[in-house]
Amino acid sequence: MGVGVHVEKLNAWFGATQALYDVAMEVPANHATAVIGPSGCGKSTFVRCLNRMHETIRDTRLEGTVRIGSLDVYGNSTSAVEVRRRVGMVFQKPNPFPTMSIYDNVAAGLKLNGFHNRRVLDEVVERSLRMAALWDEVKDVLKKKSGASLSGGQQQRLCIARALAVQPEVMLMDEPASALDPISTSKIEELIFQLKEQYTIVIVTHNMQQAARVAEYTGFFLMGKLIEFDKTEKIFTNPSDKRTEDYITGRFG
Amino acid sequence: MPDEPITSKAVAGGPAQGGPQRSPAQQRFVDLRRTILDRFATGFAVLMAVCVVAPLLAVFGYLVVRGVGSLNLAFFTHLPVPVGEQGGGVANAIVGSVMILAIASVIGVPLGIGSGIYLAEYGRGTFAALLRFTADVLNGVPSIVIGIVAYALVVIPQKHFSALSGGVALGIMMIPTITRATEEVLLLVPLAVREAAWGLGVARWRATLSVTLRTASAGVITAVMLAFARIAGETAPLLFTAFGNQFWNFNPNQPTAALPLQLFVYAISPFDEWHRLAWACALVLIVLLVGAVTAVRLAARRGVFQGAS
Amino acid sequence: MRNLVEAAGFPQNPPREPGTAAAGSRAIPLIPAKTSKIPDRAFAVAMLGCGVSLLAVVVLIVIELVMKSGLSLHAFGWHFFTTSNWDPVAGDFGALPFIYGTLLSSLEALVIAIPLSIGVAVFITEMCPRPLRGTLSFMTELLAAIPSVVYGLWAIFVLAPLLRAHVQPWLAKYFGWTGLFSGPPFGIGMLAAGVILAIMIVPIIASITREVLTAVPQQQREAVLALGATRWEMIRVGVLRNARTGIVGAIILGLGRALGETMAVTMVIGNTPQIAKSLFAPGYSMASVIANEFTEATGDLYLSALIEIGLGLFLVTIVVNILAGLLVWSVTRGTPARVRA
Repeated sequence: MGVGVHVEKLNAWFGATQALYDVAMEVPANHATAVIGPSGCGKSTFVRCLNRMHETIRDTRLEGTVRIGSLDVYGNSTSAVEVRRRVGMVFQKPNPFPTMSIYDNVAAGLKLNGFHNRRVLDEVVERSLRMAALWDEVKDVLKKKSGASLSGGQQQRLCIARALAVQPEVMLMDEPASALDPISTSKIEELIFQLKEQYTIVIVTHNMQQAARVAEYTGFFLMGKLIEFDKTEKIFTNPSDKRTEDYITGRFG
Repeated sequence: MPDEPITSKAVAGGPAQGGPQRSPAQQRFVDLRRTILDRFATGFAVLMAVCVVAPLLAVFGYLVVRGVGSLNLAFFTHLPVPVGEQGGGVANAIVGSVMILAIASVIGVPLGIGSGIYLAEYGRGTFAALLRFTADVLNGVPSIVIGIVAYALVVIPQKHFSALSGGVALGIMMIPTITRATEEVLLLVPLAVREAAWGLGVARWRATLSVTLRTASAGVITAVMLAFARIAGETAPLLFTAFGNQFWNFNPNQPTAALPLQLFVYAISPFDEWHRLAWACALVLIVLLVGAVTAVRLAARRGVFQGAS
Repeated sequence: MRNLVEAAGFPQNPPREPGTAAAGSRAIPLIPAKTSKIPDRAFAVAMLGCGVSLLAVVVLIVIELVMKSGLSLHAFGWHFFTTSNWDPVAGDFGALPFIYGTLLSSLEALVIAIPLSIGVAVFITEMCPRPLRGTLSFMTELLAAIPSVVYGLWAIFVLAPLLRAHVQPWLAKYFGWTGLFSGPPFGIGMLAAGVILAIMIVPIIASITREVLTAVPQQQREAVLALGATRWEMIRVGVLRNARTGIVGAIILGLGRALGETMAVTMVIGNTPQIAKSLFAPGYSMASVIANEFTEATGDLYLSALIEIGLGLFLVTIVVNILAGLLVWSVTRGTPARVRA
């Protein structure tokens, strides 16, 4: 089962520019939480702070607490590698490994973690591809086709399978469908719907309809601050904050 | 969707602590091994960087230490003296190098820039691709082979060695470098600049020279300097073209001394006095070449390669 | 309309009647409407001529090399490249020792240079702290600016004694059983030639490798990191693996350079036309024999033999460089050559 994410007093900087101001959020386990807001509001930054990808950019700084289940993400004894193994990430633009076959792409995370047993790999690869709803389309060309030879939508599902293969507890998705056509997008959304039974999902999206379709909870960000966090239904029908209402109704953003 | 919906019952295992089940001790071992490998890789890369920088520092260090003592006025103004005597200089080699390099530039620079202009402004399709390919091929030909060709083209008909043949060899070597660099720099000049000139009714040839080339002039000059620096240190092609000379020579049709040639002769000789002179020659050569390369680097940092400002 | 224009203060031209030149305006245009096309054509032809000169040069190279080595080709045929007897006095020439020397010294150089170049390239692009990056890459490129003859000088008086005094005895003691390190340690010899060649080709391999590594998109690195990889694993899977075609191209380019390198090798290889197993032994390379014996060559056959060696060198380096160019091109997609300081 997935675990919840606890965020407290999170502040983040790019150089001297502050990107997040005192963000506090409780992401509930086994649900999908959407993070919405206009461009540049900090939603991607927020999500990247959850799996310590924010610090891979040079000259960044971060303060605050993030806990994934019982794991203190920024604790002194916690390594970034461990955090990233337990939190999976899917990026905006699909980025399969072009020099590897579909099979090797999905198995990459496992191999890095030292699993080389053929049978274990085969089983996990199949399971992950099934979960990502890609198995039937690629099962005959697993080792023959490269990861980059698939269509955009398939590539993104491959990336999802790759992330699922290491069996994370939380899945972070940074606008996973924004580079895809509508049909692929709906496939991804169906996927999220099913995945949230096992995993805790945080999905960044600039598409409010998508948030409404997919997530039970939604957080609205504006200029680096979390303005409102509540059940999706409430955010979209009866938001508490005026700014949320303005964004939802399209007055800006 | 072709697959049946995944329910928690259908998927065995589900999310776990980061992978198929393993004992904590096993996991710790794997993690430790990966961390050690990571540290080792970093250390190895640092070691490699050190091993690359070390010879550079060693070469410069020895050049300075062994060569600087011999750099006096006599070195730059006197002729070489016979074996066994002290002192002497490489004045004729410096003059000879200047002469040979001047001849090389006269051949290499116009042909190189012209080819670059052709590729950037006029070249289309397979012929242009063939030219680019040829330039790359010529770039890779060993300098001694070019020396053989210059020997065949100039020395054999003339029946003697000459600065001219040396200049021909070095000039040929300059062409591909200057061509490719000029092409690239010219392509960086925005179309808008050319269109502005054409729109004024300026003839195309004039526009190319006075506007496009001038806009890119800093980059072209740098490219020429780089090519020049590259051939200034070349020795092999001169071995049997310019051949060398112990005395003054101002006639391009006679064998001529050159600084790198002189260096070579001194270095492989059995005389200590000549070895001392060899170090001094090397130091002079290096100072000039490194100066040129550093200047180019600084110019590149200033954005000289950005075409129009 | 005119009043408004007047009111705005714009200067106006007096009204023009067709056919007459209005008072106050220029009657004759300065630039003639029709200009000759000849200068443009002439210029285009001149530029084309410059381009053609490139082709002409390469064609000339091939013609001269083939023609001038005709005597030797005729006398020895293919055996020239398979026999080892180099006897100017008897007029018998076999180039095998030189081919062996060139190949062995280049191979040696690659073995040493590859880990050095890739290591320093990875260090600069992936591991190095920002302030150090510029200095380090500058220093790597400075190595390329040092002329071959200066490397040779340093190799004779610094490297060879170092090898003789410290490295060779150590190698003989611990690795002598391989047969590669036997015989008296002269310092000068195949080992010194390989080492100095390695130092000379490191900048080429390193700079192209750096370009290729930098060209790997950041998303690939992030994808590997997000799976929970250590930094080395990220480099191995996300960067090196994606760049491997380009790296192979860089290595082959370095090989091409090593094959044709003349002066530094000539000064320390020992100039003995022999094929020996030990790296301590002196040898001879194709470029070196041309450099040393060209001006001493007595007789047309001797000269022709040397020129035939030059032809062989030419063909080998062409093939190697074409191969390398294809590999690097496939990665960088044929962008025009970068000016490398």
